[in-house]
Amino acid sequence: MRQTNAGRWSLPEAGATRGALAKSFTVATALWPALAWAHVGQGRAEGFLAGLSHPVSGLDHVLAMVAVGLWGAQLGAPAIWLLPVTFPMVMAFGGMLGLAGVPLPGVEAAIALSGVLLGLAVLAEFRPPLPVAAAIVGFFAVFHGHAHGVELPAGASGLTYSIGFVVATGLLHAGGIGIGLIHRWTWGRLLLRGAGACVAVAGGYFLWRAFA
Amino acid sequence: MTVATRVRRSLVVAATLLLPATAHAHLVNTGLGPFYDGVSHFALTPEDFLPALALAFLAGQRGSQPGRALLFALPGAWLAGGVAGLLFPAISSAIALTTVSFILLGVLVAAEARLGTGVVLSLAVVIGGFHGYLNGAAMSEAKLGALGLTGIVTTLFVLVSLAAAMVVAIRVPWGRIAVRVAGSWIAAIGLLLLGWSLRPG
Repeated sequence: MRQTNAGRWSLPEAGATRGALAKSFTVATALWPALAWAHVGQGRAEGFLAGLSHPVSGLDHVLAMVAVGLWGAQLGAPAIWLLPVTFPMVMAFGGMLGLAGVPLPGVEAAIALSGVLLGLAVLAEFRPPLPVAAAIVGFFAVFHGHAHGVELPAGASGLTYSIGFVVATGLLHAGGIGIGLIHRWTWGRLLLRGAGACVAVAGGYFLWRAFA
Repeated sequence: MTVATRVRRSLVVAATLLLPATAHAHLVNTGLGPFYDGVSHFALTPEDFLPALALAFLAGQRGSQPGRALLFALPGAWLAGGVAGLLFPAISSAIALTTVSFILLGVLVAAEARLGTGVVLSLAVVIGGFHGYLNGAAMSEAKLGALGLTGIVTTLFVLVSLAAAMVVAIRVPWGRIAVRVAGSWIAAIGLLLLGWSLRPG
């Protein structure tokens, strides 16, 4: 290969270089080691993954979690940080009841209703006193947690399932709060209210399905 | 040497480096050697890692003085408990202790509780001593001995240094909120663990 005075490669040399790079990329990809899953701690990895995927596996849960974040962002401080601090603990309390086998009536209907009410709250930019907002969110959090608690898969590690579950729930809230930050702009407020309407409609559908 | 030759040689070197060596996949069986098994302990054992992290956060929230004191109190208590566990192994697992550690420390961090240095250190001594004892008893069963315990305590010292110093250094309000959220997550995990331990069947 030759280098010109200007320091650039002539066309045939550039082609050869590209070919060599393409080959090296192919070989490197072929030789890249895959994940090992090498039996470190039986049931731990699947427990974590099951916990991580559980809160995002049902659209009714996802919508409610995100709506909590959206509402928190609309309400502003201190709700915007108080809700993500308290919600995981209240939800975990519901999960504890579910895991312990304590029955709770109307779980599916309450979860669907949470979507309707939280969606309407976002749509109407409802601003109740902070304790009232916390009570509404906390009440429904118990039902969401309970539903997750009773569905712990057999053989999964309780600890790693719990870690995955809490992390996924927290990240959903964070996502909702992140989206809710568009509230500072006029178009953002309209968009948020529209999102609230969508959540409320979806919640209505789940509510209808819960009773169908 | 032409560029094409250099690229081809690089290709051979890269391919050689990327060739997978023998896997030795079953770390539980082969181990990394007692000291490094201890060093990797916190990466594989969230039931010890999260309470230690919560204690470091709690001390960091209260300022640099409790943070510095915890740096020696927690590894010291863990070591003392571990030696007791090595010498007098009775139980090597206690789900109730783990659950209490998670809930208590998580709630305190989430509430950013205004505790005195003495209270933080007392918590560190009690909780660190118990966790250390369980580690020591488990290591006695696994024949890892004092070297494994040394690895754990060394890593704990580094973990506490980094976590407590990070929290002490936080100046932005959202940073302190993030620490409190982490505390609430640890408490939530503890509550779920409690439900798991009460699970029928």
